[in-house]
Amino acid sequence: MIQAIAFYLFAIVVLLSAACTISSRNPVHSVLWLILAFFNAAGLMVLVGAEFIAMLLVIVYVGAVAVLFLFVVMMLDIDFAELRAGFVRYFWIGLALSLALVCEIFIAIGAWSAGGIDFARRAAPIDAATPNIEAIGTLLYSRYLFLFELAGLVLLVAMIGAIVLTFRRRPDSRHQRVHDQISRRSKDAVRNVNAPVGKGVEL
Amino acid sequence: MIGLTHYLVVSAILFTMGVLGIFVNRKNLIVILMAIELILLAVNLNLVAFSAYLQDLVGQIFAMFVLTVAAGEGAIGLAILVIYFRGRGTIAVDDVNRMKG
Repeated sequence: MIQAIAFYLFAIVVLLSAACTISSRNPVHSVLWLILAFFNAAGLMVLVGAEFIAMLLVIVYVGAVAVLFLFVVMMLDIDFAELRAGFVRYFWIGLALSLALVCEIFIAIGAWSAGGIDFARRAAPIDAATPNIEAIGTLLYSRYLFLFELAGLVLLVAMIGAIVLTFRRRPDSRHQRVHDQISRRSKDAVRNVNAPVGKGVEL
Repeated sequence: MIGLTHYLVVSAILFTMGVLGIFVNRKNLIVILMAIELILLAVNLNLVAFSAYLQDLVGQIFAMFVLTVAAGEGAIGLAILVIYFRGRGTIAVDDVNRMKG
């Protein structure tokens, strides 16, 4: 009973906040609605016993991706009112296409049945005695080790790509040239002069 | 436990809302990226629901990889958005075909 109430609460809030995300006038509000949607989707995942993925969703999306979106929205000076010009014009055709899509998916769900699945041949059966995190860790660091490292490589490439794309060299700024400072020796800069009396020194 | 069909319906509606978001915010690249994140969230929800229903952990492992790719895609997309804005002063997607390399 309490499970059903929690499910319907999370489901309704996640759908409402998704609707607000795509229809909000201000992109900052969109990001905040997106955060709410992710929190409630994490709640839905906790309900079926996938705690680790739920916590990962909150940490990765709310902690990293949503903050990234917020930074970009606040960093760029964009006229958002102008960008919404075609909203109403494209709303109805978009709604019609989306309704067609959702009807197709519902028909597919209705036609789907788990008849052909052999439960004895599962790749990694869930053991009720083992905690979720422990089971995922065991599987991830044994059978899926190379895939896991590949995922790390994907993140590394994304990081380097983002830095390379947004890095810009500004020739007019007075930045410190560390190499020139370190490689300077005293013989290049200091000169001993035996100054004769009354003649002065040539600099 | 809640039936699998409930989860499938929720994630189908979430997926469709992401698609609708791409349609209605045709010009605003930031909201389009957010709509793509919504679509990937729906996919993750499906993977986790099937994983729980079939009592097979591989679905959750795969959801993790989808999460990784989604994070990388968001970062690269926003980086492209920033350099695009720096060059043109707008983020209207209609003008992207003028980039020409």
